[in-house]
Amino acid sequence: MKITTSRSQMPTEVLKDASMVKQKEMMAKHYDRLANAEANGDKVASTFVPGNLNELIMCFDLVNNLPEVNAIQSGLRRQSGAYVMEAEKAGHSEDVCTYVKSDIGMMAKGNIGPNGKKLPSPDVLLLSYTGCFTFMKWFELLREQYECETIFLQTPYMADGKVTENMIQYMVKQLKEDVIPKLEKVSGVKFDIDRLREHLAKSAKAEDDLVYILQSAKNKPSPIDAYFGGIYYIGPIFGAFRGTDDAIDYYRFLREEVDQRIAAGLGPVTPDGPMSEEKYRLIVEGPPNYTNFRQFWKMFYEEGAVVVASSYTKVGGTYDFGFRHDPSRPLETLAEYCLGVYTNRSLPMRVEMLTNYMNEYQADGLLINSIKSCNSFSAGQLLIMREVEKRTGKPAAFIETDLVDPRYFSAANVKNRLESYFQMVEQKRSGASKGVAA
Amino acid sequence: MKTPSTSEIVARCQDLFEDLNFTAAREWKKAEPGRKVIGYMPVYVPREIIHAAGMLPLGIVGGGDQLEVIHGDAYYQSYICRIPRSTIELGVSGRLDFVDGMLFPSICDVIRNLSGMWKMMFPGVYSKYFDVPQTYEDEIGGTFYEGEMREFMHDLEGIAGRKITDADLNNSIEVYNENRRLVRKLYEMRAKTPWQIPAAEAYLVLRAGLILPVEEHTRVIEQYLAAALKEDKPVRDNCRIALTGMFCEQPPLNLIKSLELSGCYVVDDDLMLVTRWLIDDVPTDGDPLHNLSRAFLHRSESTAAKYEPNLAEKGQFLVRAVRRTGAEGVIFASPSFCDPALLDRPMLQNVLKKAGIPYIAFKYAENSGQMQPIREQAGTFADSIKLWSAA
Ligand code: SF4
Ligand code: SF4
Repeated sequence: MKITTSRSQMPTEVLKDASMVKQKEMMAKHYDRLANAEANGDKVASTFVPGNLNELIMCFDLVNNLPEVNAIQSGLRRQSGAYVMEAEKAGHSEDVCTYVKSDIGMMAKGNIGPNGKKLPSPDVLLLSYTGCFTFMKWFELLREQYECETIFLQTPYMADGKVTENMIQYMVKQLKEDVIPKLEKVSGVKFDIDRLREHLAKSAKAEDDLVYILQSAKNKPSPIDAYFGGIYYIGPIFGAFRGTDDAIDYYRFLREEVDQRIAAGLGPVTPDGPMSEEKYRLIVEGPPNYTNFRQFWKMFYEEGAVVVASSYTKVGGTYDFGFRHDPSRPLETLAEYCLGVYTNRSLPMRVEMLTNYMNEYQADGLLINSIKSCNSFSAGQLLIMREVEKRTGKPAAFIETDLVDPRYFSAANVKNRLESYFQMVEQKRSGASKGVAA
Repeated sequence: MKTPSTSEIVARCQDLFEDLNFTAAREWKKAEPGRKVIGYMPVYVPREIIHAAGMLPLGIVGGGDQLEVIHGDAYYQSYICRIPRSTIELGVSGRLDFVDGMLFPSICDVIRNLSGMWKMMFPGVYSKYFDVPQTYEDEIGGTFYEGEMREFMHDLEGIAGRKITDADLNNSIEVYNENRRLVRKLYEMRAKTPWQIPAAEAYLVLRAGLILPVEEHTRVIEQYLAAALKEDKPVRDNCRIALTGMFCEQPPLNLIKSLELSGCYVVDDDLMLVTRWLIDDVPTDGDPLHNLSRAFLHRSESTAAKYEPNLAEKGQFLVRAVRRTGAEGVIFASPSFCDPALLDRPMLQNVLKKAGIPYIAFKYAENSGQMQPIREQAGTFADSIKLWSAA
């Protein structure tokens, strides 16, 4: 079933973009499909956002379930705190990633999804080991619970800033000789490479529009917020919709909306309505906090700060340097996709990327949201901050929160930090303009 | 020549352990022009390749509890373990200025990211993230691993200015085989008569292998074993435990001593895993990289940094270690904030629970000073094990 949402159906006074409404509908539809999987005889594959092989999964008629997205949903609904505590009670360390603990705690409490219905047990765990060590242990933990087939796909780390033939060959061999045969076995569906090609072609179409949308932030004012708003935008393509017609429609729809805003000289739409003046243009590195997402966002838009580019919106795929899924090289392209996700990029690559964003998006500064849970992102961020500052001469700031553990979100601290950061940006600017005048 | 006593040998190893300027390795390098030193971090790298290039592999495992970390803390948030910051301290303070290259094995995101930091902070020094396979078929993971080793070998050839031949490699494999045989013997003997080989001594003797040339280290173990087994030491009423914890970041020496002081003989551990990662002799004929790869895939130790493809096998290495060494319980000691060790721990504990093996767990940092809580916990554990076995 395709989801159609016409613009005329949209109430005019809502404080949401029409695209956001459509996005919500898509996500709701997906959760319903998951909830009804057993009744409908659908088999379910759990997998991770980075290195998410949705095109391949769909070739086997499997439904894609993403535990990270479930944890985010629990965070947004303020349930993750209790889940994390539940996992800690069961013996999980307070030191480890809270996504894992939210997931495990949710399981212990009946595995109820965001729509209030029970999430299905996976038929297969597709462990795409891409850009994060925790993934490996997370699915070993789930395997212990579900005792289901677990497929491992290792993505070598792009430590030297390049993809070598050895890396591609390794991944293609894993896909051919291990991943695909096992998916055939679990699903009972024979692999059809032409079906994969079709999905890949659809992915590329939506990816073109996604890049257009994210790069629209180069306009002044930026018509989008590429972090807080960006998180909604990446939802479908980082999740269960990449490679589908729904994704193509959604991104086309969103692109038109963005174009209209550019034409009208409008800024992003926030939960409190359209943003007024764009005072600060920021680059943000690191995931957001989800337990206080709205409050966190508000601290930005209230001050006129808009995020023009972020690294987090590249964790499920980095498309802005030209990579697109390529149906003519179906397995190689999946390998290249996995290799390129943000968390699989070396620290020097990350510094380059952020520096590049600072320049191309004419940003006033870099803000790092350091996540207690996430070593993959966080280890090394202080050096990243200093390097980007050095290379761009623009001020950078550092705040610390967590993804889904409310104990690590201190609103007063974050707000203080942000306020003094905005002052710093202001000073730097007036200093610079004085310098020019003198 | 008089054979040295255990206390002499241990004192020398302790000097090496405490010397954060790595004087022994510096002297080795100075002794002949053109010598090179390649540093490596935990848990495992194929040191044979470095040796075959005529270079000294130097194990870098952080700064321990004696190093004052001045700069390193500025690079890390409070919720990240200690070893990367003290390693940066070693680098920034010039203590590694004689090192010609650094290897960062693929064990966790912290070490992984440190590899990139090193590239940015020390651009003149060769540094490499050493990726290893987490899939274990020869044709898939094996081929990848051989490719990675070959690339590393070519890099070393560039630094050494000469080719590394198969004969060089096979010779180095034999030299390390011999070292591993001795390490295994040390572990066997300790499991038999733990009162003769205290855990802290075994640790220091093994740790010397991170700094000394392998041939010399083999002799040190030989001499230590000969001396230790001759000595008449009192047998205490201690219980026997296996110590596990991944041990990338090192526990303070005092922690290891505390366990024995509180009534636990350590009869097995996964400290200094690099010294016995490969479980048995690697063949010394045929294609050496292929042989090293096969050993890695099929005959290597288990640790939290490795994926276990088979659910039924998960954690069984620990159960086997307990059975093999006659341990009566397991102590989990994990570095604080260590994702691999701490995420793995509940699964290993479940396996032990099923096997009816008692355990306790605590965390440490390389610079932990307070041993009292650990001593109490270990003491209570030892008492309860004794009560159990008496009942
Ligand atoms: S460590 Fe980071 S990347 Fe990995 S699962 Fe947790 S939040 Fe995600
Ligand atoms: S102690 Fe653990 S988290 Fe820290 S660097 Fe070592 S393996 Fe990684």
